[in-house]
Amino acid sequence: MKELLSILIGSLFIENFVLSKFLGICPFLGVSKRRETALGMSGAVVFVMGLAGMCTWMVNAWILVPLHLEYLQTIAFILLIAALVQFVETVLKKTAPPLYKSLGIYLPLITTNCAVLGSALIHVERGYTLPQAVVYSVASGLGFTMALVLFSGIREKLETCDIPESFKGMPISMVAAALVSVAFFGFAGLVLPG
Amino acid sequence: MDAKRMKEVLTAGLLKENPTIRLLLGMCPSLAVTTMTKNGIGMGIAATAVLIGSNVAISLVRKIVPDKVRIPVFITIIAGFVTVVQLLLAAYLPDLNRQLGIYIPLIVVNCIILARAEMFACKNGPLLSTLDAIGMGAGFTAALLVIGSVREILGSGTWMGIELTSHLFSPAAIMILPPGGFLVMGCLIAVVNKVSLVRTGRRAIAAQAGQCSGCGNAEGCAGCASGEGEGGKA
Repeated sequence: MKELLSILIGSLFIENFVLSKFLGICPFLGVSKRRETALGMSGAVVFVMGLAGMCTWMVNAWILVPLHLEYLQTIAFILLIAALVQFVETVLKKTAPPLYKSLGIYLPLITTNCAVLGSALIHVERGYTLPQAVVYSVASGLGFTMALVLFSGIREKLETCDIPESFKGMPISMVAAALVSVAFFGFAGLVLPG
Repeated sequence: MDAKRMKEVLTAGLLKENPTIRLLLGMCPSLAVTTMTKNGIGMGIAATAVLIGSNVAISLVRKIVPDKVRIPVFITIIAGFVTVVQLLLAAYLPDLNRQLGIYIPLIVVNCIILARAEMFACKNGPLLSTLDAIGMGAGFTAALLVIGSVREILGSGTWMGIELTSHLFSPAAIMILPPGGFLVMGCLIAVVNKVSLVRTGRRAIAAQAGQCSGCGNAEGCAGCASGEGEGGKA
């Protein structure tokens, strides 16, 4: 239990996916203009990442490793994630139309979100057990959510600022992201058990 | 197919449509692996190799693949080439492979590669697609080289591992940490914006010369110009 908690805190703050591992930068910069879209996207990401973490663990431990096919990991994982996203989309459409309406447009984008594939590759590399892998994936998704929501607040403020012409848009967002990333360094001092 | 079109396709990726700086694709590897120039170049070359392979393969099968399943097919082709590159790197350049780590398999989800497949390779023949891949790959590598050089020189005082600034200033370690990546990237995009603003600005000013005083927006224009001046100083 203590170990799971330290994985949770660690991947939320210390090695935040967006701000220190640079995974999922495209949606981080793409959909962070408004808080609502940021929340919608990150909800979909947490959901898919949790499921993907579980499924990739099972495929890796029960199919790829026993058959000595570890070199097919990349292909297997990306196809699994693509299929999973498609599956989630269909299920949500049939069973929860309101949820589908709010998350639907973000789902196809998730297949090429490197945070999802990244978390799958990292939990395999670190040799996590199934519960650890699931906690790690969900926590990374929550870390992504936190970065995205914090950042969308900053970007909403940036819109009304007087910014030099050549810095308008993406460049100033990058500079702001640098400062948020510096702030997250404060968490690096946390010492975790386990 | 004329030579002019081929040259256009080949050079588009270098500056005009540079995938990293102009189209803002493939941000994750551009920020993550550029702590050292060498890693940046390695990443650029690996991605270029995948891009050439996938562009050629996709342009060859573009007429066979039904429209509805094209994205999964493209991703599978790309993942195949990434695996090939990954195994080659592990066999021949184990050091680079270790330093790039999970960012090598993550080339699969590099938006540049899927974007070129969608925008170019599935509409053009293999020869043009190869040229496009080479141009785009070179543009990506060049961007990584620039970002990597700035970060390595400022952050650790070396370039490609050669000691450069040992007596001039003490390196600012923050440049090789994550915030430095965002900062350098932002400034680089701003510089490129500035250059293109100055270029188009000159043309616009030349066109508008003599009309400015009578124009109701004259004040706004002046404000704009001074804003640009500040941007240039920063």
